[in-house]
Amino acid sequence: MTRRWFHKSVETKYYEERDAVFNALPRLDRRSFMHVSAAAAAAAAANGVSFNFHSFTPVSVAKAQDTGAGGFTFAYISDSHLYERTVNDRFVRSLMRAVDDINRLDPKPDFVLYGGDLAQLGAPAELELGSQILKAVQAPVRMMVGEHDWYLDMGEKWRDLFGAPTYSFDHKGVHFVVLNSVIEKDFWTERNMTPEQRMQTVAGLDNGVQSRFEVGAEQRQWLADDLAKISAATPVIVFSHSPLYKYYKPWNFWTDDADEVQAILARFNQVTVIHGHTHQMLTNRIGNIDFHGMLSTAWPWPYAPEGLPSLTVQMSRPNPFDMHDGLGDGRVMVDPAGLVDKLYNLWNRNPVEVTASYLRGDKSAAPAKPNLVSY
Amino acid sequence: MIRTKMTRLALPAALAAAMIASCGRQAAETATAPAETPAETASAEAPPPASTPVEANMTPAPPAEGELVEVLLCDNETKTTAVADGTREGGQAIADELMTQWKRKNPDAGWIDAELAMHQVKPPADNKDVVGKGQGSTYSRITEMDAALWAQETYKLAVEGSTIFHSGDKLGSTIAVSCDMCHPDASNTHPETYPKFQEQLGQVAMLRDMINWCIEHPVRGERLDPDSAEMRALEAYIIAQRQGTPLQYGKR
Repeated sequence: MTRRWFHKSVETKYYEERDAVFNALPRLDRRSFMHVSAAAAAAAAANGVSFNFHSFTPVSVAKAQDTGAGGFTFAYISDSHLYERTVNDRFVRSLMRAVDDINRLDPKPDFVLYGGDLAQLGAPAELELGSQILKAVQAPVRMMVGEHDWYLDMGEKWRDLFGAPTYSFDHKGVHFVVLNSVIEKDFWTERNMTPEQRMQTVAGLDNGVQSRFEVGAEQRQWLADDLAKISAATPVIVFSHSPLYKYYKPWNFWTDDADEVQAILARFNQVTVIHGHTHQMLTNRIGNIDFHGMLSTAWPWPYAPEGLPSLTVQMSRPNPFDMHDGLGDGRVMVDPAGLVDKLYNLWNRNPVEVTASYLRGDKSAAPAKPNLVSY
Repeated sequence: MIRTKMTRLALPAALAAAMIASCGRQAAETATAPAETPAETASAEAPPPASTPVEANMTPAPPAEGELVEVLLCDNETKTTAVADGTREGGQAIADELMTQWKRKNPDAGWIDAELAMHQVKPPADNKDVVGKGQGSTYSRITEMDAALWAQETYKLAVEGSTIFHSGDKLGSTIAVSCDMCHPDASNTHPETYPKFQEQLGQVAMLRDMINWCIEHPVRGERLDPDSAEMRALEAYIIAQRQGTPLQYGKR
């Protein structure tokens, strides 16, 4: 089909005008420059583009800095869903914004967790682009895999770039574990799917053809072996792409063998799970385990119609007219005892902190309730 | 001698009955809510039964038993040859053969099943409560057939909407973005709240205005004609997914 005309979105027009300004700059004297830049700002404002001059200003600065006494912080970026730059520039710019946020953090994070779904359709070019952008992160980056990274070549390219998806490490007295929680039972062979069709199926959140996520027996055994050397008093922090509990099955906000994984973690005094996939503020506590979701840089998901953990304080329903609303990155503060406070850095909104004391019943520490919830 | 006998106006009653029975059986086999198969075969292929006026001189005599008859499907292309034996089983065999040929020529005919295997679409009202009452489409009482036809045609539009909703290509996105990326199962679309004033649009918006805004901005595609087949299907799917939700126009 040929297109007779094309109506440009506000976003497209803004970036075209911005490019025009920058291309014109070398040819200008100072006076013309002032004139052009004022005109560009006015044009952008007229197009309805809102600028965001500040970005990462934690509300509880004093508290975050308290962690100097033996605690530490790490930051996270998650769910960037990159296409190639020529296909979709918006998601690329969003990831770059997150990298910029993280590099300006004070205090500097000890490391940065990338929470999975770096690519949208698992293509080598998408993963390479993501890998390239993440090289600009100043702190060391710890990678986790998501289903969008995996199902084109079953993780081949991802492992080439980032190594094994399942591993553990120790940092300042805390034992960290990274899992691949997006294993799906084979639904593709009997349907004669190509790798592209398999990837496309998994990429659809509401696509019911795919199977449910699981950690799987092999990794559960690995986890049990890995933790066998660790004393129960050691704080454990687990990174998994999907929530390691059962929230909403049709969208794979779900890990099928979550109960078995939780059982392996049960003997520890203090366990925290940080997960991606759900693209929303999400809080839960089951037994000894605290659960925190991560924000996406690409798009927000609505809260599922049922199964939302009661401890979750929702983020307000994202405003579709603000393309960065409901998105962001964040930071995790770990105190000397291994208790975790989780900061959601929502772009264009006030950051929200979900503290360990709130999860332990301190109502005064509850985050502010949203004024506009999903319904 | 082969006597080319059949036109689409003159299928023997036994064959017509067999074809309808065959369609009905397929409907029963399709587990998901109102079946689409009858609608599709009915409109695409099954003979228009008694409702089409037939000129008397065009009605050929029924074939004699044992005579070789060529049977032409209502697409005027698909045909098969069989011995007229006057039995129900014989008619069924002819219908099956024609159906097989037609399916081979129309490989996309199963698009509804394929879509429903991937995405749930809520079924429309079944109207069972009005069966046997009032006036149906044939100016007699409403039959189960009437209710089934209404449901399946309505459902088909919503399912078609689902295929567009889940496809950046069909939406004409220039950045490979589709509606379901932010609205899995059409969640957070709130069709029951329209019309409502959208200050960002500077007007009272209908659902289609918001759909077009989304297509133009997050999806970065070209606005749809509000009366286009695509827009009608998208509206049908989005509204279908809120089946049972009370209307609250103007709600934020």
